[in-house]
Amino acid sequence: MTHYLMAVHGPAEMSEFGNYGSEEEMEAAFAATGAFNDQLHADGYWVFGGGLQAATTATVVDGRGEAPLVTDGPYLETKEVIGGFWVVDAPDLDVALGLAAKASKACRGKVEVRPFDGIA
Amino acid sequence: MRSESAAVERVFREEYGRVIASLVRRFGDIDIAEEAAGEALVAALEKWPESGTPPNPGGWLTTTAGNRAIDRIRREKQRDAKHQAAYMSYDDTPHEPTGPVEDDRLRLLFTCCHPALAPEARVALTLRLLGGLTVTEIAQAFLVAETTMGQRITRAKKKIAAANVPYRVPEAADLPDRLGGVLTVLFLVFNEGYLATGDGDPVRAELTGEAIRLTRVLRELLPGEPEAAGLLGLLVLTEARREARVRNGQLVPLAEQDRAGWDHALIAEGHHLVRECLAINRPGRYQLLAAINAVHTDAPSAPDTDWSQLVALYDQLTQLDPSPIVALNRAVAVSELDGPEVGLTLVDRLPLVGYHAWHATRADLLRRLGRTAEAKESYDAAIDSTQNSAERAYLSRKRGELV
Repeated sequence: MTHYLMAVHGPAEMSEFGNYGSEEEMEAAFAATGAFNDQLHADGYWVFGGGLQAATTATVVDGRGEAPLVTDGPYLETKEVIGGFWVVDAPDLDVALGLAAKASKACRGKVEVRPFDGIA
Repeated sequence: MRSESAAVERVFREEYGRVIASLVRRFGDIDIAEEAAGEALVAALEKWPESGTPPNPGGWLTTTAGNRAIDRIRREKQRDAKHQAAYMSYDDTPHEPTGPVEDDRLRLLFTCCHPALAPEARVALTLRLLGGLTVTEIAQAFLVAETTMGQRITRAKKKIAAANVPYRVPEAADLPDRLGGVLTVLFLVFNEGYLATGDGDPVRAELTGEAIRLTRVLRELLPGEPEAAGLLGLLVLTEARREARVRNGQLVPLAEQDRAGWDHALIAEGHHLVRECLAINRPGRYQLLAAINAVHTDAPSAPDTDWSQLVALYDQLTQLDPSPIVALNRAVAVSELDGPEVGLTLVDRLPLVGYHAWHATRADLLRRLGRTAEAKESYDAAIDSTQNSAERAYLSRKRGELV
């Protein structure tokens, strides 16, 4: 089994209803994502997952110098950031890609699949 | 000595795909498989010229390479902790079922053509791992720097290992999708050989031959898939005309080819495959293209070609693939049936301004309509948009004939 990160990308600037066009759309996506999460648990793929607050709530810490340097905002200047993610444990990439397709449909966003280089 | 080692290398190339595929299944690692196969070649070059080629060279190479791989893994195990890999060397539990067809090469072909890999990486990996072509040869065939091709292959192999791309034939439900990718790669390899894009040799027989060899393997392994038979039919019917297609460095178009110079054994094989597809009656893109080529190769001379059947086949193909390139080929058949004026009307509305065959087709139709000045311009545009030396020579001659 391999652990895969399934990261959802979305705009750095959130609209009124998160990344969604309307309140109905947002609620439908939340419901679909909830059902997808239940299925991940039931099928034994679930390791961890969650949605993230807006990128503007991020803080970057650089502890490489004498004193830690704390900076407000995401590290990268970008139009798109990670909006949420799952960590799944799947037998191979084809299974992970199948899960990502369902995840993408549920949350209505593009999903990047990337294997972990081992897990602590 | 030289001819003996050339013979060893020829056997090695023929057996390479089988050897690599079996080692990848056994050791689960493409790099180990390639290194071990390389060592087995060195051993064969030392032994075979003295003791003669063994009765089953593929088996000999696989066994020798397998032993070298185990030696290597044992050495590495003592040096550090490659326990997992070492375990596999004496793990004789049967492999889990891997799909509808049990063949190592087929699994490797689907792994090389996995949709998670970039299309150019799929072509390169297939030629490297199944065709046994060197990185230098693949780089030359696709006109990129050797370092670029090397990096492309290394990156793809790393992704297969790290992302755990499965080494198996996809499930029956996924097969049509994934098979399409495999067929595309084989078709691309063939086309690059048949009408080379670069300014080197106009035809690369080693690539067309390799594509046909791999497609034969695919068709043997998937006898129930008419598109595999269709692609093989298309490739052999096209290959059958290869010798007659270039004369004195000039492309000879179908209508002007010496039909006695065609390879009639390949044509018979192609016609047989097309009939087999017709009997299955699940038409697909490659089957239709094969049928189109069967109609061409069936005619004793160009004027005897059954153009109305060709238009019907192109109509069917348009349903599956409504691309402008299919429409262009259909328009050529229509202009034979209904005259160049009707054909030109169809051709003119196609959005193919950057495509050499569009200009060449227009040039020919304009020439037949006596619109000489416009035909000359179109020949110039066609010559400008192709690098293939044989095609340029042919187009230049046709332009020169216009007064």
